[in-house]
Amino acid sequence: MGTEFFDEMRSSIEGCREPYRGLAEWLEGIPDDLIEQRRSEAELLFRRIGITFAVYGEARSEERIIPFDVVPRIITGTEWGRMAEGLEQRVKAINAFLADIYSNQEILKAGILPAELIFANPAFRPEMMGRKIRGDVYVPIAGIDIVRVDADTFYVLEDNARTPSGVSYMLEDREVMMLLFPELFSRYNVRPVENYPEELLATLQSIAPENAPREPTIALLTPGPFNSAFYEHSFLADKVGIELVEGHDLVVRDNFVYMRTTQGLQQVDVIYRRVDDDFIDPLTFRPDSALGVAGLMSVYEAGNVSLANAVGTGIADDKAIYSYMPEILKFYLGEEPILKNVPTHRCREPEALSYVLDNLAELVVKEVHGSGGYGMLVGPTADRKTREEFAAKLKEEPENYIAQPTLALSTCPTWVESGLAPRHVDLRPFVLTGTDKVRIVPGGLTRVALREGSLVVNSSQGGGTKDTWVING
Amino acid sequence: MLSRTADNLFWMSRYVERAENVARILHAASRMANIPGNDDGLTNEWQSALAASASTHAFEETGKDPTAENVFEFLAFSDANPSSIRNCLRFARTNARAVRGALTLDTWEAINGAWLELHRYRTDDISPSGLNRFVAWVKEVSLRVDGSAYRTMLRNDAYWFSRLGVYLERAENTARILDVKYHVLLPDTEPVGGGLDYFQWSAILRSVSALTAYHWVYRDSFKPWLIADLLILREEMPRSLASCYANLSNFLDELARTYGRQGDSQRQARRVYAQLRNARTDDIFQSGLHEFLVEFLEENNRLGTAITDQYLI
Repeated sequence: MGTEFFDEMRSSIEGCREPYRGLAEWLEGIPDDLIEQRRSEAELLFRRIGITFAVYGEARSEERIIPFDVVPRIITGTEWGRMAEGLEQRVKAINAFLADIYSNQEILKAGILPAELIFANPAFRPEMMGRKIRGDVYVPIAGIDIVRVDADTFYVLEDNARTPSGVSYMLEDREVMMLLFPELFSRYNVRPVENYPEELLATLQSIAPENAPREPTIALLTPGPFNSAFYEHSFLADKVGIELVEGHDLVVRDNFVYMRTTQGLQQVDVIYRRVDDDFIDPLTFRPDSALGVAGLMSVYEAGNVSLANAVGTGIADDKAIYSYMPEILKFYLGEEPILKNVPTHRCREPEALSYVLDNLAELVVKEVHGSGGYGMLVGPTADRKTREEFAAKLKEEPENYIAQPTLALSTCPTWVESGLAPRHVDLRPFVLTGTDKVRIVPGGLTRVALREGSLVVNSSQGGGTKDTWVING
Repeated sequence: MLSRTADNLFWMSRYVERAENVARILHAASRMANIPGNDDGLTNEWQSALAASASTHAFEETGKDPTAENVFEFLAFSDANPSSIRNCLRFARTNARAVRGALTLDTWEAINGAWLELHRYRTDDISPSGLNRFVAWVKEVSLRVDGSAYRTMLRNDAYWFSRLGVYLERAENTARILDVKYHVLLPDTEPVGGGLDYFQWSAILRSVSALTAYHWVYRDSFKPWLIADLLILREEMPRSLASCYANLSNFLDELARTYGRQGDSQRQARRVYAQLRNARTDDIFQSGLHEFLVEFLEENNRLGTAITDQYLI
């Protein structure tokens, strides 16, 4: 079955695709044990720097490092140019959709989406109805997951419009690659990604409330050191040069939000929050949340603080909504989507459900509200019993699931125990939208499924990362 | 700077300092316990090690006998002892990790690296040579953390808060070591020419790494009042109470200057510092060394509370 997949290095008549030629030559020129040695150096570096993540529900593994693959993934400038256009278009549509959903709901009136998909959706926040968001930028930071299936076709697998993570790995992977393989960079003209923190800062500044000072005070709100992405939070706060705050560092007084400092209270204008909607304000959302700030929503509603991303953006990256993205995009922009959607069966529709149940062995079934690779069924690799159990769940709550064909995810050469071998990859580029302009650094996070044959790239499921090179040409 | 960040920095360095102090106490106890002719004092050394590291109560709760093995395990590795070296390094790292961005890469790596290396030490190797290796390693960790902070951190509030943690902890530790051993420093209980006293005194000095310093400063054989003088009043001695308070006042003044505001912690530090500068060894002995040290520990605690109230919450 391995031959059916598009390999980004080898799938070509001459044996090596043009953009990978330099890499292939270089790989042939160095002995295996040197690569292995650099690989373990990289691991040591990551551990020493403290780039770790936690896997929920696993005792004894409070912190692990995400395996880093030393073989870079290469994307040509032409491929990237097209992709970047598609990303910008897609995020523009997402923002337009959110602005509409939380105001006039023209898209529902036009009958493009079934209304219950919005109103019965836990990610929909009625509190946001009629709120004015500056420049209609609901999603300043988006992570769009993209998979490749052949030389020309890229699909959007998933939109992440809540609190997309992984950008720190994009930055650190590049850092480590430049440290370990400087000679490889002389063979290619690799476009830099290290300006991401500056671009993020400019984006966050642009969305500050209009009455905020010219240099607004910005803070990154983290759930704290026990969160799986805490390393990224502290890394970003540090690189961007903003305060890293936890809920109890912030306090609301007279409809403004302040942080407790060694010199007293200091007003905060923009919060890049890496805490989910449910937890940001115990007075509005979950009362048992200790991660948020009591009263934050009323400050937000008064327009005295900006949140990135806005509250309620989850309605746009819901997997059930995902299947409507092509229609959504056409509705708001009047354009054809540049990036395709994976064909998706909505199990809420009876015809689709019976098709899914009949073809479970060929499909990937996902929970509509799930993330991180939890609660999904990969039909072709699941055993019969697992499939039957899943079928029962499907019948019980069909509206909770969508199904997609098993995609022939492209593979990239990856360093594994036996040497170089093809492994499946995806790509998460990050799209920054300010009130002034859209900023996308060339590249993103490439995740690789390290297990042979595996299509699941999530770090919680044994995935690793690669440095992603967008090269000139 | 966020109050929580200041709090994390303060405790991070405080825990590293505590780890080093416990290591020194262990080292001194192990030497004393191995001195021939010290048979009946054997258990006592380990008990005073527990007292000097303020762990007596916690140890008693384990119900174990204060043997060399048990005390070493308890002070070095035990999870049940909040001040065990292992826990100190764990807490230091937890604090450091929470303020990763406020640290330089070197300082973070020193702390994180220590935590990773710690797993190399076997908790069941409680031989004297195992202890020596472990103690040497802990001291090295502390030097690495301290040195990297000294060489790489910006001289701003982040650095000052981390220094406050060091000196507050060090002052407490020196005072406690002295207090545990104060009876051997009292002239009226001095047995004539007792070889044991010599070892006791050198053990005190060793536990605050002042053995060589003593000879440099006094060029004299061990005299208990000079040992007290060195560890309490001599500012040139980096672990003396006076030196700790010179630093505490200095760093608190830096903070006050930068923030443009004085508070209780500045006043408290200056008051204790002035007392130490004006004190004389004779007077301390006359009014009671033990009483002096107990009062000092209370004052030191008060300063900790003042710093917390003023800046850290």
